[in-house]
Amino acid sequence: MRISIRGGHFIDPANKVDDTLDLHIADGRVVALGTAPDGFQSDREIDAEGLVVCPGFVDLCARLREPGAEHKGSIESETRAAVSGGITTVCVPPDTDPVIDDPSVVELIRRRQRLAGQAKVVMLGALTRQLGGEFLSEMGALMEAGCVGVSNAWVPVANPLVMRRALEYAATFDLTVFSVPYDPLLAPDGCAHEGETATRLGLPGVPRSAETTIVARDLALIEETGVRAHFCRLSAAHSVDLIERAIGHGLPVTADVCAHQLYLTDRDVGEFDSRFHLRPPLRTDIDRQRLLEGVRSGSITAVCSDHQPHDQDAKLHPFSDTEPGASTLETLLPLTLALRDHGLDLNSALERITCAPARILRIEAGTLGLGAAADVCLFEPDTEWVVESHALYSNGRNTPLDGRRVRGRVKQVLVDGRSVFEAG
Amino acid sequence: MSAPTLQTGADGRLRHLLTVEGLPRPRLEELLNTAESFLGVTQREVKKVPLLRGKTVVNLFFESSTRTRTTFELAAKRLSADVINLSVSTSATVKGESLLDTLRNLEAMHADIFVVRHGTSGAAHFIAQHCLPHVAVLNAGDGRHAHPTQALLDVFTIRRHKPNFDQIKVAIVGDILNSRVARSQIHALTILDTAEVRVVAPRTLLPVGIESLGVKVFTDLTQGLAGVDVIIMLRLQKERMRGALLPSEHEYYRQFGLTEARLQGAHPEAIVMHPGPINRGVEIDSSVADGARSVILEQVTNGIAIRMAAMSLIMGTRTQDGREVG
Repeated sequence: MRISIRGGHFIDPANKVDDTLDLHIADGRVVALGTAPDGFQSDREIDAEGLVVCPGFVDLCARLREPGAEHKGSIESETRAAVSGGITTVCVPPDTDPVIDDPSVVELIRRRQRLAGQAKVVMLGALTRQLGGEFLSEMGALMEAGCVGVSNAWVPVANPLVMRRALEYAATFDLTVFSVPYDPLLAPDGCAHEGETATRLGLPGVPRSAETTIVARDLALIEETGVRAHFCRLSAAHSVDLIERAIGHGLPVTADVCAHQLYLTDRDVGEFDSRFHLRPPLRTDIDRQRLLEGVRSGSITAVCSDHQPHDQDAKLHPFSDTEPGASTLETLLPLTLALRDHGLDLNSALERITCAPARILRIEAGTLGLGAAADVCLFEPDTEWVVESHALYSNGRNTPLDGRRVRGRVKQVLVDGRSVFEAG
Repeated sequence: MSAPTLQTGADGRLRHLLTVEGLPRPRLEELLNTAESFLGVTQREVKKVPLLRGKTVVNLFFESSTRTRTTFELAAKRLSADVINLSVSTSATVKGESLLDTLRNLEAMHADIFVVRHGTSGAAHFIAQHCLPHVAVLNAGDGRHAHPTQALLDVFTIRRHKPNFDQIKVAIVGDILNSRVARSQIHALTILDTAEVRVVAPRTLLPVGIESLGVKVFTDLTQGLAGVDVIIMLRLQKERMRGALLPSEHEYYRQFGLTEARLQGAHPEAIVMHPGPINRGVEIDSSVADGARSVILEQVTNGIAIRMAAMSLIMGTRTQDGREVG
């Protein structure tokens, strides 16, 4: 199949291309930009006038809920939701059930992904066996099976010695360690940012220190071992300070933030609105501004969805009894585009969800250079639309943005040169 | 300040009583005035008015509390309502049945008022959101969040002794962190424009950002009590020692217990209150609890009148002047 995408505003942040250019695809790969190669006869022409044409997005963290929680979503339903939001590669954390601590689970997920044929899926293996925080996982086998990194997801590695050895062992196989900084001991039953809202509503709080103490600890271990690591889902202002200082000292660290954390605060919890029960919790405007500043300066390299689809029942309890998380794949693009209102140009905003996360994962994705896989997103950059939970492709209707007007709408998405999504 | 709209209808009338926060002052005073008119009823030979005749009040207690449940039951009966007491053990709900399922099952009882006590903050809001539209919800305490009728009876009691809130200083002493009573009291007192509301506690029992509710924070009891007109002591749960919030009851009593000597620092006509049950020798000395300044038993009596007022107002059966009660 040969495709020419014509007349679009072509943006490829990885190669610093930002121009009106035609894109030519053959056998699932990019073969030319601008003029078609000699003798190129396209089977399909896509008119991209008025659209941005860019690499499909790479999402650093999305729960597909399979295996283990199929009543919330499946690889089929959630990878479809991903492509409808322009995301062509998702990274799955290891806290599935069974846990991704064995090559067979990697294989199972990969097979289901192939059957679905939607977004591509890469995986993080478990850092410790069963995510138990006690024994190292078989990282060598996980790497051979194709895991792109290792992580203990939301399960803390309480013992710092285990963490240090896990970092060192991961480095043996050149695996990046993905740290989700959270110490539940500092936040017993915590479900909202420890601050005015939690105090007013009488909700158990999650102090910033539940995050920053682990960031600080892991940075100290990284400094000692020289191991490459990535910090996931920052929520506290001071975490950004710590990361910036570490980068300034030349430590091999990167960090990300989930998109909604840049726009929502704990005040949005209002009167126990469980759609805003998130983990990490929504914090204050001071934190939000600091995170935005980090994204602007580049100390926070990537923005992700942190997609956590839920069944309806999961959110139908008193606030603290509900399950945290939001269904966010389909709002990643508009929230990233909104960075244009916060000092980023379109090109830099797109970088945060294309080549930057791809580099963190060390995968070949998020770019449309010659020879690259033709994972392409075409979108209308300024079309406004209203988020409606019932209209989501995801099985999880738990969006905190329900009813909000956003800007930027996906028109068409290609994975390996195959059209997998076209807006009606 | 986000005004709760769940409990007040478009006409500004109370549909539920979930929290004191956001209650307009006239609404709050209406509750107090209505309670005042009911106070007479409780002292009569025949202690009943027919305001809720034919109505069913379901006391839905997910947390055990004989005292609070009994005052709600008595209040409902004095309004001539039928009362059903249900103690739902939370262990049963933990084992699978969600609060929503429990609620659906209870709908078959055709209740008119649910009086709800639950260990989770926001539970009363949740029930008000999901119950049938004609049902009114009365929050009898949810987690650490709110206990509106307790706070109302407290300001009611204060008003009978110190009618001018804008001229008094009130100190709330004790476990502010875990107290739904304290939160509701703070809201009630600030709505009534109390001149000064203080909270006094060790730092471990003070929630972050409590100042944002409009209180002055003290960590020293002597300073906190200096010149105050009202002292509200909170109950200290023994569990607080286990959570590393406090070293011992003994130390707590020495530093934060109310004794005759400490009382000397307050205004000479200061009153002493406690929502009960009291831990004698932990947060309060017996001689103070039973002393001349104590209005603790008065609070219990007033509690029935306040709960009658709350029930009649959310059922909308109150007459215009709040006096014509049979």
